[in-house]
Amino acid sequence: MAVNSGPLLATREGYGRALVELGHRDERVVVLDADLSKSTQTAGFAREFPARFFNAGVAEANLIGMAAGLAASGFIPFASTFAIFATQRALNQIFQSVAYPGLNVKIAASHAGITVGEDGASHQAVDDLALLRAMPGMTVVVPADAYEAYQATFAVAAWEGPVYLRLGRPAAPVVTPPEKPFAIGRITVLREGDDVTICACGLMVGVALAAAEKLSAEGIQAAVLNVSTLKPLDTETLLAYAARSRAVVTVEEHSIIGGLGGAVCEALAATMPVPVVRMGISDSFGQSGKPAELLAHYGLTAQDVAQAVKKAIERKEKKNG
Amino acid sequence: MPSAVRFPAPGKYRELERKACAIRQDVIRMLTAAGSGHPGGSLSAVEILTALYFQVLRVDPRQPDDPERDRFILSKGHACPALYATLAERGFFPLSWLEDLRRLGSPLQGHPDMRKVPGVEMSTGSLGQGLSVGVGMALAGRLRESGYRVYVLLGDGECQEGQVWEAAMAAAHYRLRNLVAIVDRNGLQIDGPTEEVLALEPLADKWKAFGWSVITVNGHDFGELLSAFESVGYARRPTAIIARTVKGKGVSFMENQVDWHGKAPNREQGEQALKELQERGEATWR
Repeated sequence: MAVNSGPLLATREGYGRALVELGHRDERVVVLDADLSKSTQTAGFAREFPARFFNAGVAEANLIGMAAGLAASGFIPFASTFAIFATQRALNQIFQSVAYPGLNVKIAASHAGITVGEDGASHQAVDDLALLRAMPGMTVVVPADAYEAYQATFAVAAWEGPVYLRLGRPAAPVVTPPEKPFAIGRITVLREGDDVTICACGLMVGVALAAAEKLSAEGIQAAVLNVSTLKPLDTETLLAYAARSRAVVTVEEHSIIGGLGGAVCEALAATMPVPVVRMGISDSFGQSGKPAELLAHYGLTAQDVAQAVKKAIERKEKKNG
Repeated sequence: MPSAVRFPAPGKYRELERKACAIRQDVIRMLTAAGSGHPGGSLSAVEILTALYFQVLRVDPRQPDDPERDRFILSKGHACPALYATLAERGFFPLSWLEDLRRLGSPLQGHPDMRKVPGVEMSTGSLGQGLSVGVGMALAGRLRESGYRVYVLLGDGECQEGQVWEAAMAAAHYRLRNLVAIVDRNGLQIDGPTEEVLALEPLADKWKAFGWSVITVNGHDFGELLSAFESVGYARRPTAIIARTVKGKGVSFMENQVDWHGKAPNREQGEQALKELQERGEATWR
C-alpha cells in the first residue's frame, strides 16, 4: 500500500491523544512525566485529569520508581520522558523496580532516535531498543505512525506487564492501514513482493514503503513488513516472508546493533539463514542537524534503502549461484 | 553517635523483646546455614522490623494482598534475612522456609523478590530505589482514598544514592503524610564508617531541609520507636525516623564491626552468636 495522504502527525501525538481517551475509559490509568509533558504530549492528560497526573520533575530514576509503586498498587502508570533519559538514566530502575518484579509499568519514551534533531547526540537515543530488548520480560513496541501509536497505546494499556513504547518527535505521514486493529506481537504486511523482504519499524516504515515503490518501478518487488513489536517478535510471519524472498533488509532509526536488525538476525540465524542487510545507525553517535538532514547523513533515505535491497538481492544470487 | 546506642532495660515491651530475640536467632541460623549474606545490617534493623510487624503495621498474614493493608518496603534489600525471619515469625509463611535462604529454587532469594515471598511488597536489592516506590504507593493510597500507610526502611549508606533525595523531594512536594521513611543509622557501610566513606551528617537536617518531619530515636528501644511511629501523620508532611542503631547488634563480636556487613558466620561463630543471644534472651525474659 502507498503512503496515505493526510495530516502529518508524530507518533507522540497519537500517544497523547490516546492517553486522554484512555483516561476517560479507565480510572486506573495514571500518567507520570519528568518535566517534558509538552514534548511527550502528556500535557493533554494532565489538563483533563490533574489528579491522575504526576510530574516527577527532572528526576527520571524517581519517575520509574513512582510508576512502579503505583503499578504495585493496581494502577496502570504511563511513565513518559525522552527515550535517552528513560533508558539510560533509569535503566537499573527499570530492571530492578519494573522488569524483575514484573510490574505493570508502561514506559513511553518519546524523541527516540536521531530525528530529535538539533539537540544533538546527548539527546539522541540510538541504543534504547537494544537495551530494553535484552531485559528479561520486557515487551518492546515501536509504532510506525501517529495512527498506529494511537492504537498501540490502547493495546499497551491492556497488555499485562511492563512495556517499552518507543515514540518519535517529527511529524510523519500515516502509513498503516486504519482498518486493521493493532495487536502486540504481530507483524503487519504493508506490501507484498517476492524478491526481497524489507523489515522496518517506527519512522523507517514510511521510508521502506517509499523505497519499495521506487524499486517496483525498476521491476523489483519488495515485501514491506511493519515490525511494530520487536519483542515478542512475530517470527512466524518473518520466517514465512524470508523463506519466500530469500533476502532481507532491516531498517530502523537505531543502532544496527541489537535493535530490529539484531532481532531479525537472531530469529533467522537458527532456521532461515538468508542474507540480511541491516540499515540503521552504524556504531556511532548522532549529531546536531535537521531530522531530514540527519536521516540523509546516516544513510536512511528511501534511496539508501533501495540500494541496500539491491545489495541483499546480489548476495542472495551469489549464494544461490 | 551509634556506638552509644544500647539495649534499654527490659520493661514493658517484654513480648516485643522476646520476638526480637527470636528473630535475631533466626537470622544467625539462616546465615550460618546459607554460608553467605548480610548479618550486620540485618541485626541492626531487628527492633525496627519487630515494632512494625508486631505493633504498627495493619497487615494480616492470612490476607497478604488486602488492598487496605499497610505497606512495608525494605529498600536496604540486603537486610532481608531480618525481614524474612520477621515475616515468618508473624505467620506469613512457615519458619521452615528460613532454612533454605539463598539456595537454588528457594523463595528466599539473596535479596527480596515480591513474586516469591508472601508479605514482601517490593523486590529490592539495588540500593536507593525503595523510597521512590514508596512514593508511588503513597500516591496510590491517596488516589484510592485509602487510609493505608507506606513504610520504607533505608540503610544509611543507601542515602548516598541521589534517587533517595529525588524521592524525598517528591514526597514533600506531594505532601505524603501517609509515607514514613526509617533510616537504619548504624554508621557503617561496606568500605567503613559512613562519615569516612562519604559523610551523611547532618542527616536529620538534610531530611528537614527536604520538607520532612524528622524524629531521631534509639533504634533498639521499642518505647522510642513506637512513640515515633505513633506521631506519624500528624504533620501534613511525610515522616522520617532516623533510628540510631548498632550494626551487628546483639552479637558481641559483630557489633560495630564493618567486616560483618556481608560475611556469614561459620558454624562455630554461629553457635557462639546463638549462645549469646539465648543467654541475653533468658536474662530478659526472667
